[in-house]
Amino acid sequence: MTGMETSNLTKEKLRKMFAEGKRFDGRELLESRDFEIEYDVSNKAEGSARIKMGKTDVIVGVKMQVGEPYPDSPDEGNLMVSSDLLPMASPRYESGPPKFDAIELPRLVDRAIRASDIIDFKKLVIEEGKKVWTIVADIYPINDDGNIIEASSLAALAALKNAVFPEIDKEGKVDYDKKTKNKLPLAKEIIPISFSFYKLGDSIILDPTREEEEACDARITFGISNWNKQIMLNSCQKKGKAILTSEEIEKIMEIIPKKFEEFNKKLKKFL
Amino acid sequence: MAIKRPDGRKQHELREIKAKIDVVPNADGSAMFAFGKTVAIAAVYGPRQLHPQHMQDPSTGILRVNYDLLSFSVGDRKKPGPSRRSSEISKVTEWALEPALDLKAFPNSVIDVQIYILQADAGTRTAGINAASMALAHAGIPMKDLICSVAIGKNDKELIVDLNKEEEDFKEGEGATDFALAKLANSDAFTLMQMDGKIQPELVKEVLKLAAEASKHIYEAQKKALKEVVEENEK
Repeated sequence: MTGMETSNLTKEKLRKMFAEGKRFDGRELLESRDFEIEYDVSNKAEGSARIKMGKTDVIVGVKMQVGEPYPDSPDEGNLMVSSDLLPMASPRYESGPPKFDAIELPRLVDRAIRASDIIDFKKLVIEEGKKVWTIVADIYPINDDGNIIEASSLAALAALKNAVFPEIDKEGKVDYDKKTKNKLPLAKEIIPISFSFYKLGDSIILDPTREEEEACDARITFGISNWNKQIMLNSCQKKGKAILTSEEIEKIMEIIPKKFEEFNKKLKKFL
Repeated sequence: MAIKRPDGRKQHELREIKAKIDVVPNADGSAMFAFGKTVAIAAVYGPRQLHPQHMQDPSTGILRVNYDLLSFSVGDRKKPGPSRRSSEISKVTEWALEPALDLKAFPNSVIDVQIYILQADAGTRTAGINAASMALAHAGIPMKDLICSVAIGKNDKELIVDLNKEEEDFKEGEGATDFALAKLANSDAFTLMQMDGKIQPELVKEVLKLAAEASKHIYEAQKKALKEVVEENEK
């Protein structure tokens, strides 16, 4: 978000174009790229999904692990989301200890899913206080052409919907080669989605390509779901050093329900 | 109908604020800020030359924030050292503070802000930002404005200001929402927005209004503490 990767010339050009409502690829400012979701990317995972959104391509795999519950929630299982920004996926990613983006991405995906109440954690208990399931969702971008938070959230949702429990044998050991037909305890009606709005100059855009993303001065990400027949914001995080005015935030609040409906329709085909 | 809060506060009332300057004499600037039982201290070092040198930027200085909880500031002891949570809060705090500064005035330099929480009872990042904003002013770094930060919460359907731990853990109805915000004290410019929970998009307008209103009180407390230290020095 420092803009260092995009030349000042490109940034200036984009700022002017956005102000006129135009983008390099001909989309409108709030127009999202179409996406496709495919399942069973890896048959070793308990669930997996791959999303392609323009040139952005992300895989999420779900593994189920058995472990002890946290002391403060003996009657609940857990969710763990992690990601590895593979150097394969972008010239911007480097090997080595995780940089901030690699820490932030899974936290945002985790919060959007967790706060939506889609997962019934109480149904992940094997033996109260002793043994519970932990759902582990790992995010791997294969090709990052921008907006991987949105793409990862959709892929994570799809992978969770796709996942089944593995069998537990008589000794209580997990047999990963044998899968049950039991799906994870997910609320059918809850669809957590994440949207990231990007700001450059006075313009706000959705679903940026990598180039657009790098030119922007601020990002604000929302986790959104439908809960009890209402649209709810479940999470929010602003990134970057540009400010947001109340007018801008209120404008975003008006866009969110429309976008949520649009994505719900698009998702029907895949979920 | 007025709602009952566990500590007897009014719906839109902040916890008692304590603000003090110059709590770390070695630092170029420092401050303590408390919201009720949540206590944060912040120290500023710099602007100073940035090391390692390859990170230096001749076009601008950089702001580097480190936020963390002291191990005993929470119920279960927190393992010392950075966590994913603290890295994230450090980063959002940087973004929350930076709009108040003109870092271009300090090429190749760094301003280091260290924030530690002594006592955590919800609202640690907001208390930390308030302390850091005062510490930056105390360090004499030119600022466009002070930054004021507060969490607006929601328990079930009711919006409340500056929630404490008990309110953060509220479970009934629509549960607890914790919406941490920061803004420039004297303009409609939000620099931090971070939220968890369940809140209807149409309520956000009200959240922003409550945050702006609460910021006025925070701003007064920050200014008062800064004036006190100036008067102290003149004696």
